[in-house]
Order: sequence, then structure tokens, then C-alpha cells
Amino acid sequence: MVLAADGGERVTSEVAVLGAGMHPWGKWGRSFVEYGTAAARAALADAGVDWRDVGSIVGADTVRGGYPGYVAGATFAKALGWQGARVTSVYAACASGAQAINTARTQILAGLADVVLVVGADAAPKGFFRPAGGDRHDDPDWLRFRVLGATNPTYFGLYARRRMAVHGDTPEDFALVKVKNAAAGALNPNARYRKTVTAEEVAASAVVADPLRLLDICATSDGAAALVLSSMEFARRHGAADPVRIRAVSTVTPTYPTTVLDLPDIATDSAAAVAPADGTFRASIALAAYEEAGIGPDDLSLAEVYDLSTALELQWYEDLGLCGEGEGAKLLREGATAPGGRIPVNPSGGLASFGEAVPAQAIAQVCELTWQLRGTAGARQVAGARAGITANQGLFGHGSSVVAVR
Amino acid sequence: MSRTRTPVVTGWFAGEGDNFRLLGTRCSACASVFFPREDGFCRNPGCPGGDLDEVPLSPRGRVWSYTDSRYRPPAPYVSDPELPWQPYTLIAVELEAERMVVLGQAAPGVSVADLEVGMEVEVVPGVLDEDAGTTRTARTTLTTWCWRPTGVSA
Repeated sequence: MVLAADGGERVTSEVAVLGAGMHPWGKWGRSFVEYGTAAARAALADAGVDWRDVGSIVGADTVRGGYPGYVAGATFAKALGWQGARVTSVYAACASGAQAINTARTQILAGLADVVLVVGADAAPKGFFRPAGGDRHDDPDWLRFRVLGATNPTYFGLYARRRMAVHGDTPEDFALVKVKNAAAGALNPNARYRKTVTAEEVAASAVVADPLRLLDICATSDGAAALVLSSMEFARRHGAADPVRIRAVSTVTPTYPTTVLDLPDIATDSAAAVAPADGTFRASIALAAYEEAGIGPDDLSLAEVYDLSTALELQWYEDLGLCGEGEGAKLLREGATAPGGRIPVNPSGGLASFGEAVPAQAIAQVCELTWQLRGTAGARQVAGARAGITANQGLFGHGSSVVAVR
Repeated sequence: MSRTRTPVVTGWFAGEGDNFRLLGTRCSACASVFFPREDGFCRNPGCPGGDLDEVPLSPRGRVWSYTDSRYRPPAPYVSDPELPWQPYTLIAVELEAERMVVLGQAAPGVSVADLEVGMEVEVVPGVLDEDAGTTRTARTTLTTWCWRPTGVSA
């Protein structure tokens, strides 16, 4: 039993992960619909569930696919063959996948559906993400490009430099994150980049946004991920006696006033009139997930975090409570977050190896948890994995964190 | 040919020389300050809501962090694709009185090598583009704000 923000008590319950599937990440030059449909079919096959027996489909939207992207749930339902399922389409930038998972979970726990298919897919353009077109002075995302030319990597550069000044992190620390994640990604058949990378190669790559170099920053990719979720009762009837279970989904918003300059903002809130909360928004995302799941960082076997940049992965270590504030680089250097370490982080290879396929990425994180908790992750398996967490943050104030256990 | 000066966004800054200031708004009920200006509603969830009055922000602050843009940003950033890209520096500045961090480009010629976290900077008028929207009869200079070190170190 935990307290919700509105003061109400709620009993948390679990849903089963019956199936997980992906379309490999890359730059394939095809439609997001094709990728999403392939991932959905893979997840359904993994679950042993016929699409016609799925009661609800939830799509994580893409803003890059025209109208079909804005109604992703229906787009995938049509591609799989209309069968009358309840449909939902959600968008929350990088957190879209977590919102889709949470929507599915909510429907299952409310008794509105027994089995729900969750799908996210994207086909990314070359180069920097850019805002939607037009002359839109009321859109903070348009304004940051118009007024400052502030691309996503410039924000990553600001965070990285801040860590260097406050915590003493070095570019060599950041490079070590890439080396670790590239080594993991080399073992993952769904990753886009499957080559190991050396610290020297990171240091020799071009500076994009000082102090970050090309190999510190994640690419943008095509890719798709899907999950089949069900009630625990359905899973038992279906013959899944001991499925991976989703125990918590955090979709929290920030509290006023924000104190970290988040994309796409040009300024933080002012804390002159109201004192800020104790922790940052990112820390509150994980805290809400831990509280709902009834576990803490010491209970984790692994974590999948949003390494948009190498430096940001170190930030997540601290925000997830894997170490104290400012100790992220130390944790990395000790090898604690590498395969075989105390708490492996991004055993999938992370965004460093995948590149970001926005609406698919938070779902892909849960796919990795699923395979790790089942013990079917092959060469990248974390031994004896029992509990895992995912973490990410979507533009405009979207928290995203999922706890799965077995 | 005439030349007009147009702010990149209306109402975010005003003044000349030493009197140049960023403009935010302040809630008359709770004293919360907003930049970019909030003219509709106070966003403090504990505030009953007051009038939002224009207020100049502190002209000086300290560097919270900084970076640069080594590659040409996409539109709607204005730049001439015919010319080689010139990287510029971005500075996030902590304003003590407002207890907030405000991003801006650094004044021309200020590179990341000139900066350190904690260094004092001041807001100065800046030019984003000399010839945005130029026609046969008029040239438009797109104006903005910039942060420039005052020479006081961290």
C-alpha cells in the first residue's frame, strides 16, 4: 500500500509479461508500420497468443510518420488485421513507451481487458531531431531552435560540463560508459551497432557539443518493440505459471519549481518564491517506481537507463540510488555497472548501441528486462536476475520508469 | 536600403547598452518570476493567481554550465547554408535573486576555453542574424541577448 500524490491509498498489483518482441534497430529506410508490425508479431509468437484473442492494443505514437504516426494504435491494429480490439494511442516524447505500458496495465488491473498488445516503432531521419514546421512562437521546442539553435546534444553537453565542474567527472569517464555499452551491444542481435569501441576511438571522434564527442552521444534509429501483457489470472490459465511481472510503472511529472534545465526549456522555474523539492525530477521518477514496487536499489539485479549521452548514464546511477550523488563515475570505474558487476546497467548495450527510436525505446527497455529475468538473454545474461528497473525521461515533463520482477 | 532591427521574440528583452535587460513576468500574488515570460497564468500550484507584471531580470549571474554547437542546427535557426558553419558557445547562467537558470548564446568571440562554472557573466545585446528576411528594399537584423564574462572569475 502506498500513498498517491492525491493522498489516496492504492493497492498495487502486478501484470504478467507474456511476450516480448523487437524489430532490430538500424537505418532500414522503411515505414515505421512495417517495423512495429514485425515486433508485434514477434511478441505475439513469443506469448503464444493469437492476435484475434487480444482485447486491447496500445500504440506509442511517432511524430515522424504523418497521421498514421499520431494514431499508432489503430495503425498497428489495421496492419495486423482489424479484429475489433479496444484501441489507444499515446504520446509522451521519449516516455511514450512507458505511457503505453501503463495504459495497458491500467486496463488489465481495471478488468477492461485480459490481454493487451503494446507496440512502439519509429523511422528516424538523418541528423539532429528538429521541431515541427511552421512559425510557432508558442512552442518551447520551436523556440529553443529558433532563438538559440539549441539541439539535443547541446543540452547533453551542458549536463556533462556541469558534472565535470561539480563532481570531477572527466571525458575519460564518459568514454568508459561508451566502451562498456558497446561491448554489451556487440552481444545483442537487436542492436544497431555491434562493434566494440575503445576509449581511444571515443577520444578521436569529433566534438559535437563540448565536452561531448560523437561517440558520447546516441544516434537516432529505426526500430520497434512490442509486449504482450496480461492479467496474472489469464497468464495462469494460459500455462505461464511463473511469468515476468511488471510491478510498478512510474509516469510522474515534475514538481514546481524545477531546478534542472531540461530539454526543451530555455530557463528553469524560479525558486525565489517557492522552495524546490529535496530531490530532482529525475530522482523522483525512480523514487515513485521504488515506492510502488515496494523495493529499493539494493534489490535490483540490473537497470536499463536512458543513455542519451555517456555522461547522462552516470547521472542516472545517482538518480536511481545505485550510488550517492557525485559517485557515478566511481561506481563505473569500479566495474559495478559492467557485466558481472554488482548492478549491471544497460546490459542490452543501451542507446549507445541501439540509437534512439523514440516511441519504441522505453518498450525495448522492458523487453530487455523480460529476457534477462527469464534467463534467456544469451551471451549478455545477468546471472540470477530477479528484479530490474528501467528509467527514462520524456521532453516536457514525462517521467518513465518500470520495475519488473520474477 | 533601410535596415530594421527586429527581436527574435517580442517582449523577451529591451533596452540599449548598459540598460539592456531580459524581461520576465512576476506574479503579484506569490512573487514567482517567469522567464520566458508567462502572461496567462501563474504556474505556482499553491498560488491563487495574481496579475503577471513585466519585470527585468538581474543583468548579472554566474555560469551554471556551458557548451558549444559544433554543427549547424536545423531550421528554424537562421543561418546561411552558403557560408561555412561557425560554432558558437551556449551558456546556462544562474541568477541569484531569481534563483533560476537562463540559457543564452555567448557574446561573439567567447569560446568554451574562456569559461568556467561559477564565473560571473552579464547580459548584453546580441545579433542572431544580420540579414534575416532581407528584401530588395529592406534589411532586417534579428536581435537577441548574449552572455559575456565580466572578468570576475569563479
